[in-house]
Amino acid sequence: MSGSSFRLPVGGLIDRTRPLTFTFDGKSYGGYSGDTLASALLANGVRLVGRSFKYHRPRGILTAGSEEPNALVTLRSGARAEPNTRATTIELYAGLEATSQNRWPNLDFDLLSVNQLLSPIFVAGFYYKTFMWPAKAWEKLYEPLIRRAAGLGALSGQEDPDHYEHDHAFCDLLVVGAGPAGLTAALTAAKAGLRVVLADEAPLAGGALLGERHVIDGMGGAEWAAARIAELRAMPNVRVLSRTVVFGRYDDGEHGAIERVADHLPQPAPHQVRQRLWKIVAAHTIMATGATERPLVFDGNDRPGVMLAGAVSTYINRFGVVPGDRAVVFAAADSGWQTAADLIAAGAEVKAVIDARPTVADALVAPVRAAGVPILLSGQVVATKGKRLHTVHAIDGAGAKHRFSVDLLAMAGGWNPQVALAAHLGHKPAWRSDISAYAVGEMPVGLRAAGAADSIPGLGAVLASGHRAAVAVVEAMGGKPPETLPPVAEDRPEAVSPVWSSGPCTGKAFVDYQHDVTASDIDLAVREGFTSVEHLKRYTTLGMATDQGRVGQVNGHGLLAAATGRGIAETGTIRARPPVQPVAIGAFGGHHRGRHFRPTRQTASHGWSTAQGATFVDAGQWKRAQWFARLGETSWRQSTDREVMMTRGGVGICDVSTLGKIELIGPDVGTLLDRLYVNTFSTLAIGKARYGMMLREDGMAFDDGTVTRFAEDRFFMTTTTANAARVMQHVDFARQVLWPDLDAQAVSVTEQWATYAVAGPASRQLLAAAFPDLDLSNAALPYMGALSFRWQGRAARLYRLSFSGELAYEVSVPADLGEALVRHLFAVGARYEVVPYGTEALGVMRIEKGHPAGNELNGTTTAADLGLGRMMSTKKDFIGRAMAMRPALVDPARPRLVGLIPVNGQSQIRGGAHLLAPGAAAVAANDEGYVTSACYSPTLGHPIALALLVRGDERHGQHVVVHDPVRGEDVLAKVVAPVFHDPSGEKLRG
Amino acid sequence: MRIPCPFCGSRDSREFVYRGDAAPARPTDGGLGADGEPMFDYVYLRDNPIGELEEFWYHAQGCRNWLRVVRDTRSHMISAAVLGAGHATGGQA
Ligand SMILES: [Zn+2]
Repeated sequence: MSGSSFRLPVGGLIDRTRPLTFTFDGKSYGGYSGDTLASALLANGVRLVGRSFKYHRPRGILTAGSEEPNALVTLRSGARAEPNTRATTIELYAGLEATSQNRWPNLDFDLLSVNQLLSPIFVAGFYYKTFMWPAKAWEKLYEPLIRRAAGLGALSGQEDPDHYEHDHAFCDLLVVGAGPAGLTAALTAAKAGLRVVLADEAPLAGGALLGERHVIDGMGGAEWAAARIAELRAMPNVRVLSRTVVFGRYDDGEHGAIERVADHLPQPAPHQVRQRLWKIVAAHTIMATGATERPLVFDGNDRPGVMLAGAVSTYINRFGVVPGDRAVVFAAADSGWQTAADLIAAGAEVKAVIDARPTVADALVAPVRAAGVPILLSGQVVATKGKRLHTVHAIDGAGAKHRFSVDLLAMAGGWNPQVALAAHLGHKPAWRSDISAYAVGEMPVGLRAAGAADSIPGLGAVLASGHRAAVAVVEAMGGKPPETLPPVAEDRPEAVSPVWSSGPCTGKAFVDYQHDVTASDIDLAVREGFTSVEHLKRYTTLGMATDQGRVGQVNGHGLLAAATGRGIAETGTIRARPPVQPVAIGAFGGHHRGRHFRPTRQTASHGWSTAQGATFVDAGQWKRAQWFARLGETSWRQSTDREVMMTRGGVGICDVSTLGKIELIGPDVGTLLDRLYVNTFSTLAIGKARYGMMLREDGMAFDDGTVTRFAEDRFFMTTTTANAARVMQHVDFARQVLWPDLDAQAVSVTEQWATYAVAGPASRQLLAAAFPDLDLSNAALPYMGALSFRWQGRAARLYRLSFSGELAYEVSVPADLGEALVRHLFAVGARYEVVPYGTEALGVMRIEKGHPAGNELNGTTTAADLGLGRMMSTKKDFIGRAMAMRPALVDPARPRLVGLIPVNGQSQIRGGAHLLAPGAAAVAANDEGYVTSACYSPTLGHPIALALLVRGDERHGQHVVVHDPVRGEDVLAKVVAPVFHDPSGEKLRG
Repeated sequence: MRIPCPFCGSRDSREFVYRGDAAPARPTDGGLGADGEPMFDYVYLRDNPIGELEEFWYHAQGCRNWLRVVRDTRSHMISAAVLGAGHATGGQA
């Protein structure tokens, strides 16, 4: 070690041939490929990395893993800036740019650290107490103040430039964690022929082996892990997902996992995703997620330079970085002594090993004592000093005070098995007093734990447990376990005796570092009666930060148990929920953003319509032409009025392919249709179509359309565009569940047919010219007639249906001929001045004709409300019949469909406006209905509307006030029959 | 959640549309008898059991079969799934 470098001259798993430079808060530093940002900062002597959430206390690096609560930085800049990223998991790359958070104006001098002086008001529950009154001040004063003072990094506010994707994997066995247990389990199962997925959050396999010094089968631990992962990668039945966090376990063996594909690169390669969200479906899962270390709770346990002992060992062994020159180790667990040995081996001066326990195994003590290090048994650290740690105050078993001048304090408080995945389906972990931790308890079906996650002590036993778990899975799958034996390694002592608190403290002893929850906050919560773990959590915010309490939870519950005089098992623990680590929202979105948010469905004429100047509108997922603007037209109304007039005066064509279409085949289809519709279809003649109305079983109108019979056992149904999928589902329910004895098959053919409405007095001439072989005379193809023919050698159908009220037809061809047909119709129709019309003109013509559509079929109307009561057969059962007879649904005072015309002949009537009797006050009690559809009728030359009006069918000729307080003035309107155009229907029969 | 479709095999629940309790049976007379109660019960009244519930799921993005699925409302464990015309628990299969 020389100068400011804390890097050892040799050792570690870094690539010293690949030096990298990076910046932290604008200052340039050097590191190596294989470093994390945290190890590189420590190597450069950078200790102060962030400020705490509430008190703005200086914070450093506590851990070496994904549980890090302190060292949260903003990675990258601009649109790619990612706040709250753990320095301990960021892999170093060339040019990496990181900035500290939660400080102003800078990290060294943070004005908001004045919060520490105000700490009496920032105690647990301070949100509830301090900012209670006046309520108005919340919005204007308190909340902005709190948000500025307490908060972590900020989002860039720019669009995420990266891409994400979703993928699925299916396997016999998912192994979560590629440490010693996970590698052994994966290899054992893979050798037995199981399809295995092995997921590990780190870039390198090995888990704890990378940070500790071990020998397995005569090899170094890291070397052994590298050999095993290479072996696994070479097997065709194994998929290894590195840099992948399995963040949740869901029903039936489904797991959510996030693969950080390009987070270790300066930016993703072109067309490379940044992250991939996996859904992994596994018949069996082995949770080999290891354990995380607990801090010890004492005054000043958060200063930069106070670290977890396991992290200190990891920085030494994996990264070749000694995080301090002069160290004290404070242990309540045997693993701390290993860290002392690591520090001694790395050349650091260990000033003392303080163990809270009165006795420690000789095997651990002897090498430390041999190195001349003072040992304090039954000792405790009582306080620390320094913005960057410089002093540790301790007492020994006899109560004598000791003072150590140090720059590193390693804490070994014991280990928590990582069992969150086992709890996601509601299964509770169990308190184990022998290891002083929550361990796996009740387990969901298909999940097993292995290694440290299963509270197994000692490496040899961990390897054996991985092997054992895999053998159990192989046997459960009916396979034959391989005859290989588990790898061999020595077990070390792993005893622990927890110390929840180092006695009374005058300063701040942190339990939850990320949320600044202290031991005294927990005492306060208990004094105020918040003694259940769930209340404690909400009152103090313990465990509610992004680390989900992985570091501090157990200490907090230990303190709660001590303060209430209960045992920890009795105190209980909170429920762990997914995700175990934060997941970017972008990853959940995947490709579904912008125009890929949902599918776009285009009809066969889309390209042709675009060339004709169509403006499109979304109709569900479909794009439909709304109007076709011609040169000189400056508003949609101009185009729409022209389309209506040219259609009614000549001929127009509209793409109606988006209507739902269902083909029904079978001897009992007629009976099925009789039960689906209010009217009768079994009597429909072959070659005829009929309008039909369907109800829901509760008696309300559901959907309408036409049914055409093409053969004795062959019918064709149309539905509204919006209800196509729902009607298909309804038909299937009726034929599969309600009446399975009926021999009737049904299939959706919505996308198989392209259909064009050809409407207007010249429609017959146009079609006769387009299909010269067909006889289109009124006798051969009357109103509501249909015929099949062939066009270009393919099946085609011609229906004489009219939505517009004109002489009209619908012509259908297979969808792949749709564009050819529309071109043919317009080429032939040129001599009739045929015009394309869009959904606006379609809507105007249907209002003029009084046809109910989506606005009227709105779930609150009955067939009778819509004037279709007489269609309802009284001779048969049909869906909705019985319930439609309920008194409230046949009440003559219900709102009924009417037409409205402004009395002055010009005032616009707006959809949604409410109806009042003339002179009635505009209050809800006087409400008599509302306008469902409104438009300007170019045919009549004035505005018209359809409305639902109380007793409307009895009020034709009367006046109502159309009341629209939001958008306009009241309009006096005359109530008329809801058919404005050709009420006798002469045109469509002509 | 995975649903074992008898026609397609084990499939992601996102391929299905949920309908609900499969216990109520539509009155064979369509509720047209003198007493309207059976139809009212069929349309509106549902038990809300803790434990096994037989319910309808529609394999909309698969075989388009209506299934009767027996799901434990506490654990989402599915113990049976048959085509809609049958009965998942007892009765004719
Ligand atoms: Zn299916």
